[in-house]
Amino acid sequence: MSRQIIPEAISREPWHVLVPLFLLNTFGSVVLYSAAGGHLQPWALLHEIHFVVFLLMAFVISRFPRDFFKQVAFPIFGTLVVLLVLVEVLGKVSGGSQRWLNLGFMQLQPSELMKPGIVLALAKFYDGLPPAMTKSWRALIPAGALVGVPALLVMAQPDLGTGLAITIGAAVVIFLAGLPLSWFVGVGTAGAIAVPIAFKLLLKPYQQARVTIFLDPESDPLGKGYHITQSKIAIGSGGLWGKGFGNGSQSHLEYLPEAQTDFAFATMAEEWGILGGLFVLAVFLWVLRWGMGVSRRAPDRFSSLLAAGMTFTIFFYMAINMMMVMGLAPVVGIPLPWISHGGSSMMTNMICIGTIMAVDRWSKTGRSLGG
Amino acid sequence: MFGKSQLTSSGTLSNSFERRSVLIGGLQTGLGVLLAARMGWIGLVQNAKYETLAESNRVNLTLIPPRRGAILDRHNAQLASNRIEFRIDIIKERLVDSDATVAELARLLGFNPVQLQDLQDKLDKAHGYQPIEVISGLDPSQYDRVLVRLPDMPGVIAQQGFARWYPTGPSVGHLTGFVGPASAKDYETEHNPLLVTPGFKIGKDGLEKQFEQQLRGVPGAQRVEVTASGKFVRDLEKRDDVPGQSIRLTIDAPLQDFAARRIGLESAAVVVIDCITGGVLALVSMPSFDPNAFAGGIGRLQWKMLNEDDHIPLLNKALRGLYPPGSTMKPMASLALQQHGVDPSERVNCPGGYQLGNRYFRCDAVHGLMDMRSAIEHSCNTYFWTMAHRVGYDAIAPAAKLLGLGQQFELPGSAQRYGTVPDAAWKMRRYHQEWTTADSLNASIGQGYVSVSPLQLAVMTSRIASGRNLLPSLIFGQEKAAGPALPFTPEQLAVAHEGMFRVVNGSGTGVGSKLDLPGIQMAGKTGTAQVRALTARGGGGSWKSRDHSLFVCYAPTDAPRYAMSVVVEHGTFGARAAAPIAKDVMTFLFDPAKAMASLTALEQAWGGTPSERMATRYRAYSAQYGTSAPRVGDDEAVPKAISSAESSEPAVASPDNTLTTRPEEPANSAAPLTPEPAPVTSTAPTPTATPQ
Repeated sequence: MSRQIIPEAISREPWHVLVPLFLLNTFGSVVLYSAAGGHLQPWALLHEIHFVVFLLMAFVISRFPRDFFKQVAFPIFGTLVVLLVLVEVLGKVSGGSQRWLNLGFMQLQPSELMKPGIVLALAKFYDGLPPAMTKSWRALIPAGALVGVPALLVMAQPDLGTGLAITIGAAVVIFLAGLPLSWFVGVGTAGAIAVPIAFKLLLKPYQQARVTIFLDPESDPLGKGYHITQSKIAIGSGGLWGKGFGNGSQSHLEYLPEAQTDFAFATMAEEWGILGGLFVLAVFLWVLRWGMGVSRRAPDRFSSLLAAGMTFTIFFYMAINMMMVMGLAPVVGIPLPWISHGGSSMMTNMICIGTIMAVDRWSKTGRSLGG
Repeated sequence: MFGKSQLTSSGTLSNSFERRSVLIGGLQTGLGVLLAARMGWIGLVQNAKYETLAESNRVNLTLIPPRRGAILDRHNAQLASNRIEFRIDIIKERLVDSDATVAELARLLGFNPVQLQDLQDKLDKAHGYQPIEVISGLDPSQYDRVLVRLPDMPGVIAQQGFARWYPTGPSVGHLTGFVGPASAKDYETEHNPLLVTPGFKIGKDGLEKQFEQQLRGVPGAQRVEVTASGKFVRDLEKRDDVPGQSIRLTIDAPLQDFAARRIGLESAAVVVIDCITGGVLALVSMPSFDPNAFAGGIGRLQWKMLNEDDHIPLLNKALRGLYPPGSTMKPMASLALQQHGVDPSERVNCPGGYQLGNRYFRCDAVHGLMDMRSAIEHSCNTYFWTMAHRVGYDAIAPAAKLLGLGQQFELPGSAQRYGTVPDAAWKMRRYHQEWTTADSLNASIGQGYVSVSPLQLAVMTSRIASGRNLLPSLIFGQEKAAGPALPFTPEQLAVAHEGMFRVVNGSGTGVGSKLDLPGIQMAGKTGTAQVRALTARGGGGSWKSRDHSLFVCYAPTDAPRYAMSVVVEHGTFGARAAAPIAKDVMTFLFDPAKAMASLTALEQAWGGTPSERMATRYRAYSAQYGTSAPRVGDDEAVPKAISSAESSEPAVASPDNTLTTRPEEPANSAAPLTPEPAPVTSTAPTPTATPQ
């Protein structure tokens, strides 16, 4: 790979991350191909198309200059909040919970976009905040409002998983922004007290059930604990080497629910065993390490917060999904990036990747230009 | 470790970010390690456990119902067998859209509204995984039509298997009993997964119930791969079933069928006993039900038909019907009289009745001078009243019991009722009244409190004919040795034999039923049991008020081989209804072709065989009532109705006003089936008899 042969615009992209990511996504397609009983349709082919389309989108995102990101941060955030309200209103009108807007050519889920959206908005906020105010209330209250509005809107949909993802992603940005550690300890303590109360007061019965079932899935193996139990059976029965490609009885015989989306990891682990799982985990850690590295090398506060927040958003997806399929977290509808089938999450994660790539580009080309 | 300095600058923030991002990175790595460890725990340490669970998910063990052991007759002809059939079942628990599935099935199978309603009833009643038979005995083209649509109808099971088949249908209904799907109660008592296997049937009544464990066999097993929704994927391995053991009866299947068909439109019982072994050759009660039709559960119309039939098809009259034996007791009585010193040649004048105190007991005719033989021949009551009065009734009752009346025999299948052979102690125990001479006179001619079953009459006849204490048996090869010798001398027996011979072959009451066979003669005795006192004697009045018609006989007279009893409910005189049936059945034993010829002619007039007549009646009901018939009760309704039919009393004459319930069993008023009105209570205090 010589710089003379390959154009600089291509060779400077972070291929050492994109290639593993490409392998991960291809592996996801293989899993989906098997889950469809050895067919490209309906999932595997679309999965690849999603990947290509959103990878291109990521490249496009990575071309934008830093100032453009800063300019659009609040307008994008505001638009997303409006869309969330719109979804809520439409949902009320049509009678029932609705999470997406039908744009005709695609279904837009504003809450998905809000995950990178909140990171962008907070990065912009802390970028504009004078360093001296970092330890004052002015560092927290507006940020709290920025997080609180969309998070509550999403939880009201009700979508507990996405609401948590938005909140945690935001919390990490705030944490990295350098707010006093004692505040986090305080919030953590308050949370420990508030969570049981919120559990009783705020969660709908089916959400409560998900949590209690997670704590003791065997109490209702055929009812609400079914998902977790079957997922553990799939992973556990795969063993070290797996049952082999196309031989996963749990997924093929439909014992595993949502085998192509939320429980795609279990589908994979049944056929490819722990080795397949370690491969997926390794790629994720590789990508995350790259993301954190980019954020550390970033030319300024905005860039580093942006890259770290985006990295954590990907991490949160992966962590919650894999904990869920292994019975370590309650069943929340969060897919595993690049493995699970689904356009929305692919888009979100590619936005994150594209943004990190942009930061990476800024740090390579413009440390001198940055401010 | 984090900055505490008061002065917060860009630089300190950058430092703080460095430290905190390392922490976040560490958190991510830590979680990665945790996830890897968790995977290892599930996939390596607990691998065996989860492999087992996955395997038990994937593989479904399907039991193959064993082929039920056959019920054979003495010549190994099949009374109950198995035949291959295509069947459709529903497992209610697995239905996704019950209404749509049922509608689609009904369309594919071409159900009429009545069939659809019966299916819906079964669905409503079913518990959990209890399979519901939609239809059995499908033809292959219909079966294929359902098979094609099966993937769209979860919960529907189509299979080929073996089904119980009774070749002669109603003829053996009461003898064999029937099979049906196991009820929830069956499953409670025997927690066997076989019971909820589609296509498996359990013995519900009669021999099928009693020999259930022997007939059942060992189920085969098929391991199949199934999806989470129970959809079949592929066969894995198969173990064949072990068919149940067959049981062989002393019954003669063609005779059983002939006797059942020969009864025709009557409500009657026929029992034939082998005079050499005591084996029961025919045990018939008609009208009956078609055990084939019961196997899949009973439909509303069938139920209505059974309930509305005043001939009580659910009652096994041969074992459980009780009737006053009437004059069929007389040969027995003649043995008792001789035992107590009455000279058979002594003559008694019959002026047409008998004066006892201020009461006059009327005989059927003015017989003139009668000895013992001619008193049997002409069924003269006056003779027996006179003699019974002389020796005392207490001399007659023991003889009746010795010959089998009022006795219970060890026979498998449905329980018998043993009736009453009354005596002074019995009456005191039962009614707290003194035994009167009038009671004696009544009892001596088989009226009054006396009630016996057709089986007992046949046993009595076989014992008189053979002179041996025969015990009836039903299982081939397990005939019972005769009991202690009877205390009658050959000379005494000869008197009874001659009297019975003359009934049929002399100038007696049964000459019309003389066998039309070269060299074979039959001896017999007619009986007419009074149903309602003082009214409707003989043939007049409504069906239910007519007298019962009885006939006992044996043949050949020189070397008795077969003994028979025939009881025709409300058949009027013994000679009119019962004796012709006995004659044809006896003829069948010696010349089947000849008997069949006369039966064929009769059946043309009756509208076909019992099965054909049932089908005709069903069509009529279907046209008349459609889906308006009331639904059948729960799982227990059928056995309950049968036991209720058996404890209900065929109306018999009451010697006084006390006879509203039967001695040995209370009337079951709560039962859903009320086949007969309450027993008629007579207003006449004077006992009367209807001799012939």
